[in-house]
Amino acid sequence: MNRILLSLLAVSALAGTAFAIGPGMAAYAAVPEKAEQCPACHGENGQSQTEEIPSLGGQQPAYTLIQLYLFREKQRISQRMSPVAADLTDDDLRTISDFIGTLPKPQPPADAGDPARMAAAKALVDKEHCNSCHSADFSGRDNIPRIANQREDYLLKTLRDYKSNKRAGYDGTMAEVLGPISDAQIVELAYYLARVR
Amino acid sequence: MAYRTAFLRRTALAGLVGLMTLSAAAQEAKQPLPPGSALAGRPENPEAAKLAPISAPPLPTAADKLPTAKLHLPPGFSIEVYASGVGNARSLREGAKGTVFVGSRLLDKVYAITPGDHKVKVIASGLHRPNGVAFHDGTLYIAELSQISKIDNIEDTLDNPAKPTVIYSDLPKDEAHGWKFISIGPDNRLYIPIGQPGNNEPRDPDHAQIRRINLDGSGAEVVAVGVRNTVGFDWSPVSKELYFTDNGRDWMSEDVPEDKLNRLTKVHEDFGVPYCYQGNISDPEFGWGHSCSDYTPPVALMGAHTAALGMRFYTGSMFPAEYKDAIFVARHGSWNRSKKLGGDVVVVKLNKDGSVKSVEPFLTGFIADNNYLGRPVDVQPLKDGSLLVSDDWNGAVYRITYKGKGK
Repeated sequence: MNRILLSLLAVSALAGTAFAIGPGMAAYAAVPEKAEQCPACHGENGQSQTEEIPSLGGQQPAYTLIQLYLFREKQRISQRMSPVAADLTDDDLRTISDFIGTLPKPQPPADAGDPARMAAAKALVDKEHCNSCHSADFSGRDNIPRIANQREDYLLKTLRDYKSNKRAGYDGTMAEVLGPISDAQIVELAYYLARVR
Repeated sequence: MAYRTAFLRRTALAGLVGLMTLSAAAQEAKQPLPPGSALAGRPENPEAAKLAPISAPPLPTAADKLPTAKLHLPPGFSIEVYASGVGNARSLREGAKGTVFVGSRLLDKVYAITPGDHKVKVIASGLHRPNGVAFHDGTLYIAELSQISKIDNIEDTLDNPAKPTVIYSDLPKDEAHGWKFISIGPDNRLYIPIGQPGNNEPRDPDHAQIRRINLDGSGAEVVAVGVRNTVGFDWSPVSKELYFTDNGRDWMSEDVPEDKLNRLTKVHEDFGVPYCYQGNISDPEFGWGHSCSDYTPPVALMGAHTAALGMRFYTGSMFPAEYKDAIFVARHGSWNRSKKLGGDVVVVKLNKDGSVKSVEPFLTGFIADNNYLGRPVDVQPLKDGSLLVSDDWNGAVYRITYKGKGK
């Protein structure tokens, strides 16, 4: 963990320029100034390479805006995000959220997953209606986030935090939905959603 | 525990149904309902899968983008922006000195709008779903998800208010229907609703009820049961009886059950949930062995999934006589319906005996192309007889005035 933090810091130092001239970012000429620091932790091209840090690509702008707002107002606490969001204006929140929505959506990992495990998890996903609010392809809608091909460790952490109320969420829906779902099932949901194609 | 009970009931029900029709049993086995979920009971249907609860954005809409020009009122009435920048504005109260207090549900703040200049101040933050506000003898009462607190002498300390002091916290912590409207009755007691902790849940002693407490937090007493989720109530200026809105369950169908307007005539009266909805529909899951005739029916039906929330009797003198002692009800608007319904303020006119004469549209125009331009949450008549309306979608408070026909 310490090693990861150290490498994060190292990357952060280079982040501003690295992002602006990164090969994958050429298509994104108009990067909002305050979004230049995002890839340092969240990765280039919308895809995170960092443990427990979410991929942001293709995220629903309304969802991102809500999360940035919650970080800024300390309704959602994160050692990393709270300081970053503290000085954002309302316009910054809008600009950054819209920009993040234009980044390419994260790609599924090369490992397609164990077919039997994927099939069992899909049945669970269907049963719990994840594909209703989050849309059939898990791309989300409005304030409901994209979860397709999110990092497995981040999905796992997030689902556990919702279930334990460590993360209260904006409207409490996820705490309700996860009420009857066991930790073993959460592991399978994260496994499936990270790999779904 | 409630979850397990619900599961056992559902399993037993599935078994019974299986004796009659195999397909129904197969359907039940295929989709055990996630208890507590807003999606509990959602049918397997592609159109139903398109529906999901809608959350208001956290950032208030700029004053010049508010939809007042698109709203409609009866002739002689007009609407203006009273205050913008009131993020997620929910319940409203007027203080003795004209301050307007506003709660929020998705944010952590309670606001004060000062009289005269209508400046918006955050007077409390870091709260958990502080939806409810009440005012009595100089004191502001705040309802969070699972506790009631107060700030004394609030209108004299708006620039440096004390932190809220908790007076009552013997409340469930369920997120589902856990946010609260509160009000202080003519008996000088504080009324607190405790919603059903999910869409459709078995009855238990701690939920789906209205309690009242003394203003120091003592003497808690249940006054109504079988109440799914009331987010607005007020007392008749004539009979002093409590009238309250109650939201019906989701996923039964597009058009039923309707939300209700109820009237409480005796302590511990039973309004039927989850056995009976809208006074005459036996619940398909929990209604077996119960009869709607055993429960108090509503005095009015308020539309399917319309989310009838805040309500007040109108006793002011600005509006025409036909509005005297009528009830204004804010309908937040549906999510569990393909074609949106509600998203307006209606006026409920009563007969002399307190029964309902009519439910009429009053403030409309918040729905365009099946999308919300705004969503009314609460109403608050001011001392001058005008009427405030809160809109959590835009984070704004509007003021309705009457200048007479032909003006």
